[in-house]
Amino acid sequence: MKSSRLIKIATQSILKNKMRSLLTMLGIIIGVGAVIVMVAIGQGAQSMIQQQINSLGTNLIVISPGSSNSGGVSGGAGTYNRLTVDDADKLRNESIFLSGVSPEIATRGQVIGGQGNWRATINGVSTDYQFIRDWDVISGRFFDQSDMRSNRKVAVLGMTVADNLFPGEDPVGQRIQLRNVPFDIIGVLAEKGQTASGTDQDDVILAPYTTVQTRLSGRQFVPQILASTAIPSDIEAAQEEIKAIMRESHGLAQWEDDDFTVRNQSDLAETAQGTTEVMTMLLLAIASISLLVGGIGIMNIMLVSVTERTREIGIRLAIGARGSDVLTQFLVESIVMSILGGAIGIMIGFGGSYILGEATGWSTTIQPATIFVALGFSAAVGIFFGLYPARKASVLDPIDALRYE
Amino acid sequence: MEDQKTAVIRTVGAEKVYDMGKTRVRALAGVDFTVEQGEMVAIMGASGSGKSTLMNILGCLDLPTAGSYFLDGVRVETLSRNQLADIRNQKIGFVFQGFNLLPRTSAVANVELPLLYDRSGEKINTRKLASQALAKVGLGDRLDHEPSELSGGQQQRVAIARALVTDPSLILADEPTGNLDSRTSVEVLALFQELNDQGITIILVTHEEDISKYAKRIVELRDGYIIRDEQVADHRRAAVDLETFTPVAVEVEV
Repeated sequence: MKSSRLIKIATQSILKNKMRSLLTMLGIIIGVGAVIVMVAIGQGAQSMIQQQINSLGTNLIVISPGSSNSGGVSGGAGTYNRLTVDDADKLRNESIFLSGVSPEIATRGQVIGGQGNWRATINGVSTDYQFIRDWDVISGRFFDQSDMRSNRKVAVLGMTVADNLFPGEDPVGQRIQLRNVPFDIIGVLAEKGQTASGTDQDDVILAPYTTVQTRLSGRQFVPQILASTAIPSDIEAAQEEIKAIMRESHGLAQWEDDDFTVRNQSDLAETAQGTTEVMTMLLLAIASISLLVGGIGIMNIMLVSVTERTREIGIRLAIGARGSDVLTQFLVESIVMSILGGAIGIMIGFGGSYILGEATGWSTTIQPATIFVALGFSAAVGIFFGLYPARKASVLDPIDALRYE
Repeated sequence: MEDQKTAVIRTVGAEKVYDMGKTRVRALAGVDFTVEQGEMVAIMGASGSGKSTLMNILGCLDLPTAGSYFLDGVRVETLSRNQLADIRNQKIGFVFQGFNLLPRTSAVANVELPLLYDRSGEKINTRKLASQALAKVGLGDRLDHEPSELSGGQQQRVAIARALVTDPSLILADEPTGNLDSRTSVEVLALFQELNDQGITIILVTHEEDISKYAKRIVELRDGYIIRDEQVADHRRAAVDLETFTPVAVEVEV
């Protein structure tokens, strides 16, 4: 039989039982719809995390203290802090790949000023920091070289600090006290939002590291150094360069291990992506189960339909249908039904992820590949779960089938 | 050999034994039976006489356990399941007691059905052939009616059109008037006689003596044996009977 005839026969028989066909397809519709929404959320989450990681700064490289190593026993990362401001200076002066280097001396402390007090992270950084983190100033200015050299007590506030200490007014020109040391506010930073791990990046006060070191922390060592390259393709070369400069700066002999760690943004991104991938897989697994249930629903109805239409099968066999004709008819019916269900599911999935995106503010993206995979999967469900009932129909004896009441 | 060529149907010692586990039922006990082209034969017998079994074998729905069956010179019992299906499609037209039309399917689509399974590739314009077959049985104006919208007689005529549409060597009718009132029965018989006049071989299976009187030849079975095989010299003409028919109850056709 021609395939166009087969599809025509199958479609007719599906349309003859509209309600039942719809209920049968419902499993597939929900399954495919769920898969698409889940994948859309997963991919949306991933692109959102990508954005957040980018918001840390472009082409960011983080140099943090390495592990101590005495007699072969490693103390783990950060146990041996030998990063200094001199390292940062050396990197800035000698590197050819790096476009900016800044120490980051973080200390937490009470801030008094404006409407009350607030506890925030105080970051001592260099002027390069603004460029490295790609962070705009929306009011006032960032501190400059002369502020740095003269250890001026100037501060730039993150949005969260500004909102809490000076709600509804411009803090620029006002004064705050950090651990009883008065600082002049010279600028306010643009809002950056949360990091992938949920830390509020705007709950911060930036000040020249020279001032922070002398006035606030008093420590000689630097918790971490941030650097960045002008273009992303330089990152790897820059990391090698940093290692060489740092080893020289620390006077490490050939056999000694690095006493520092150099990581770039993609390392951070991978960790974060790994988490969302696990989430996506989990959601996908749940959605796949509903597809499986949908498939079993199709098989169930096809089996009922074979029994119900035994007489019809008998008539078809009597007037000359071969077993293979009957097999194909029922198989095509189940495939048409599952593909139709899949198509409706795709539409619902589209609508669902759009509505979900609008309602929750999550970003949802649907890739064309998802649609093909969903359609292919529902066709496979149709073949797999349609085969048994179709085979059952095709091996019926015409005489018994005709006599069936 | 000469005989074998012209005979539409020839069975030689056809036997059918059903194995029911402990007991063996011999439904046909070596039947020799020949039907020539253009005959109209009524096969009679009480239930259990073996007429249904013979009918199934003649219709290539079943195979004899012993003996041979030639349809149009083709030895049927050597054929595969698929070849049997093709023979049913091309050489035999079935008409059943219960009409056996597909429900919720238009008359023309029902008639078209056997053509959809045709593998010769010659029957291209299936819809047109189906309409022509329906016109032949006087239902040219009911193409799109579904079985539920047709009377019993009309449904049986759709079934006859479905049997005719493949241009078969043989029409096999199993109790074709069993579900019809007496006037409609005569109408259907008139249609069979008309087709027979055009040269189509027809075999009717019936248990009613009245019906068999319209055939040219009557064959009676009992316990798997043929006990009567006679030509009806002066068989009744249904068309004539219809003119003088006195209805007991008239079926109103919608």
